[in-house]
Amino acid sequence: MTITEDRAADAPTPEIGRARTRKEDQRLITGRTRWTDNIQLPGMLHLAMVRSPFAHATISAINTDEAKAASGVLAVFTGEDLKDIQGVNITAWPISADQKTPDHLPVAVSHVAHAGEIVAVVAARSSAEARDAAELVDVDYDELPAVLDLKQAATDSVLAHPGLGTNTSATWQLDSASGGTGGDIEAAIATAREGGIVIEREYRQQRLIPAFMEPRSTVVDPTGEQVTMWSATQVPHVLRFCIAATTGLQESKIRVIAPDVGGGFGGKLQTTPEEFATLAVARKLGKPCKYTETRSETMVSGHHGRDQWQKLTLAAEKDGTVTGLKVELMADLGAYAALVGGGVPVLGAWMFNSIYKFAAYQFNVTTYYTNKTWVDAYRGAGRPEATYGIERLMDELAVEVGVDPLEIREKNWIKHEEFPFTTVAGMTYDSGNYEAATAKAKELFGYDELRAEQRRRRESNDPVQLGIGISTFTEMCGLAPSRILGVLSYGAGGWESASIRMLATGTVEVVTGSSAHGQGHETAWSQIVADRLGVPFEDIEVLHGDTQIAPRGMDTYGSRSLVVGAEAVIRAADKVIEKAKPIAAHMLEASVDDIEFSAGRFGVKGTDKSVSMPEVALETWTCHNLPDGIEPTIDADATFDPNTFSFPHGTHLCAMEVDTETGATTMRKYVCVDDIGNIVNPLIVEGQVHGGLVQGIAQALWEGAEYDDQGTLVTGSFVDYTLPTSADTISFITDHTTSPSTTNTLGTKGVGEAGTIASTPAVVNAIVDAVRSFGVNDILMPCTPERVWKAIQKGGAVPVEGERDAQPHFDEGAPNQDPGAASPESASEGSQS
Amino acid sequence: MTRINVTVDGVSYSDEVEPRTLLVQYLRESLGKTGTVIGCDTSNCGACTVHLDGTSVKSCNVLAVQADGHEVTTIEGLAVDGELHPVQQAFHECHALQCGYCTPGMIMQACDVLKNNPDPSEQEIREGLEGNLCRCTGYHNIVKAVQQAATSMSSQAVSS
Repeated sequence: MTITEDRAADAPTPEIGRARTRKEDQRLITGRTRWTDNIQLPGMLHLAMVRSPFAHATISAINTDEAKAASGVLAVFTGEDLKDIQGVNITAWPISADQKTPDHLPVAVSHVAHAGEIVAVVAARSSAEARDAAELVDVDYDELPAVLDLKQAATDSVLAHPGLGTNTSATWQLDSASGGTGGDIEAAIATAREGGIVIEREYRQQRLIPAFMEPRSTVVDPTGEQVTMWSATQVPHVLRFCIAATTGLQESKIRVIAPDVGGGFGGKLQTTPEEFATLAVARKLGKPCKYTETRSETMVSGHHGRDQWQKLTLAAEKDGTVTGLKVELMADLGAYAALVGGGVPVLGAWMFNSIYKFAAYQFNVTTYYTNKTWVDAYRGAGRPEATYGIERLMDELAVEVGVDPLEIREKNWIKHEEFPFTTVAGMTYDSGNYEAATAKAKELFGYDELRAEQRRRRESNDPVQLGIGISTFTEMCGLAPSRILGVLSYGAGGWESASIRMLATGTVEVVTGSSAHGQGHETAWSQIVADRLGVPFEDIEVLHGDTQIAPRGMDTYGSRSLVVGAEAVIRAADKVIEKAKPIAAHMLEASVDDIEFSAGRFGVKGTDKSVSMPEVALETWTCHNLPDGIEPTIDADATFDPNTFSFPHGTHLCAMEVDTETGATTMRKYVCVDDIGNIVNPLIVEGQVHGGLVQGIAQALWEGAEYDDQGTLVTGSFVDYTLPTSADTISFITDHTTSPSTTNTLGTKGVGEAGTIASTPAVVNAIVDAVRSFGVNDILMPCTPERVWKAIQKGGAVPVEGERDAQPHFDEGAPNQDPGAASPESASEGSQS
Repeated sequence: MTRINVTVDGVSYSDEVEPRTLLVQYLRESLGKTGTVIGCDTSNCGACTVHLDGTSVKSCNVLAVQADGHEVTTIEGLAVDGELHPVQQAFHECHALQCGYCTPGMIMQACDVLKNNPDPSEQEIREGLEGNLCRCTGYHNIVKAVQQAATSMSSQAVSS
């Protein structure tokens, strides 16, 4: 796609749909940034955390004398010192009435439940002095046995929190028979066992680390009438609420600011021990305090994502018509129930049935505690896990039936003429066209040619096999209708708020409760308001991320900002127009009923008389000659609570080459065609898709948080937790089909999580497809060369004996290769069988 | 403490530093050059990349004392008289940044790649940026931006 800056003067080209380059960029590309760690306040102290090296222990004594005596140290606080004011890190979503939820203290007082938990805080003149002194804090621990493995946790043989008496936190079920949305799952499975097809698989969703690029940082200034907290957070409004709810500080005494925030991906959808500890210490000392974590601290303390075992039973007729799906999940919460916590796997409940028409469906999840870092939302949050499960199963079904995996999907998916369609999980999908997205994706991919090449390689017994992976995904986004959240016992609403302030000199301030951290809201919201109010894009300023400026908000996560947050902006803009009409009518000496608003001007029907929006704003500001009794402002607020979700979908196709002699994998081609409804800014959308794809691909190929048997995070830095680099990845082919959403004014759907949700199963399906003839039907993620090689060895089937052609499988110097995966060292990992 | 004399973005500084001070800490904490950021503690991410005598270095991997007598350019010194460097311009036009945290380091590294290879292939760009992590863009648009910058820099070179 070429990027064009179409800046035709005075052209009424709609802003919506234009590939506008971003307003935000100028500061970011020149280093004029406001990351939390950049903030320096007079007299500010720096904090360092003392963290437990043990996964599970009681604290028997803490000696801080030596640390307190160190150079530049003002104070050292233990949990005991802070316990009256430090508050607690709460969970917003107890998924059952009897959920077991251990208290999560920001600074542990007597018991630590994972390695990395904070046990003391040092405050010093410089961060170097604080870190030096943290080394001098002497903590006596009594180690307790740690439960690390999710399946072991389920047996309760070792307890993560002995006081709870069990590791089970909660169970939750959605059943189509009892919910009245479909048939009985056990009956469907029983029928399929008699002459149909039953596919039973267990899949692993490994633990991931969100790995936003900006480490988390918090600055607290307690010296004003309001305590001000700057934090690298996605959720300044939620954070303010949680502080007020648990620390004894009145909500009106707290101001939270999320300045420039360097990525989140769910990883900053949290209220953290570090934020609460920094607040407590700043209040104790009456001085501004800053805490910025090291990356190694991020890895052990920032929440992780995914971590499920999925037991799946799919029932189908002989021809491949699916009759039922039963889902039994085990989800690892880590040591504590985090902000969304057990709600993350529950979000998958409506998504395992995906785009398909199943007659019966049942979803069960049980959440467990272990002595590992807590787990919460990571890009997609419950929906990638569900999409992975069902898209892997659909491939298995295709093999069983003996048809192309696209054919089995088409047989079962909702046809475009069937929308709106209420699914077996009870969700009503308003729009979609799976046929159109799939047809376009096949064409862009060269599906038939690649299938032909795959056959040739199989027949010639090429050591490098080709696999094609498919993922026809949907997701629910735009979290969330407040009534549904209430039914699910979530602790807050899902609305979003906006204000529009019409300034006297003609420019416009748009205040949004969304809290961007890389999404480009400043640009997209400006485009939307420019169209709505007919003011120039450049004259619009978008303000966000500060509870004093944007007092009401529910923040940014769950692909909600455009479909919920921007809808609030639109409604505020419409109110501005309505408030301006009587003033414009007065200025034009006309009746309000005769006023028409178009392209930024209020005109009188049937005349050429008109006034512009800025003229009305100025007239309102001077207030010299307004209609009698009118309130002298055209500023407006709006709060929007959605009635339902929006349902983006898409078809993703991935070609993977697998070196069957080494297990090395190479991505050859990736095509995705997403239907995200109407698009506000194609440039921003493409960026969201690209980044999302790589995060999902990384789960399939490279990333996984691993613990040793002591409960130490082995992948505790970027040395061991292997984020993909530019040299590991390829350029993608992305395109769109459009079936507008019917649930919001602009017809948009969310896009922030789509790439991540869809891509993981596409990649794994491709790898399994490449080596299925060796008797392989699953490979644990991440599909490292070692795992692929071992799977081939274990599968043991050599499809064709005989001489192998050593044909080159890529052109030297050609792009879109993955030399890292084919390197000698990765190939040699699998030498032990 | 050790005295160092360093030129940063065209300004001379003479400072006492602790010998253990990293260059990135000196830039951020002593000079207020907060455009250069820290993303990790293992020199993997490259967010802190600056130029030392015109060559890219990860400033978390250089001691401030090693910069004594040398010239440092950060992201804040790249644009001259308010005119963006072609790489900065290309990052903006190609939407090669989202949250922007890796961007300063990524741009400084991209400049270095192009200095050493004015006409790189896609693969050479990808390998040249391998030491800089980005979590937002999937690298797709970063690679495009470097390609675009290469084109605009070579046409500038021809015309000048």
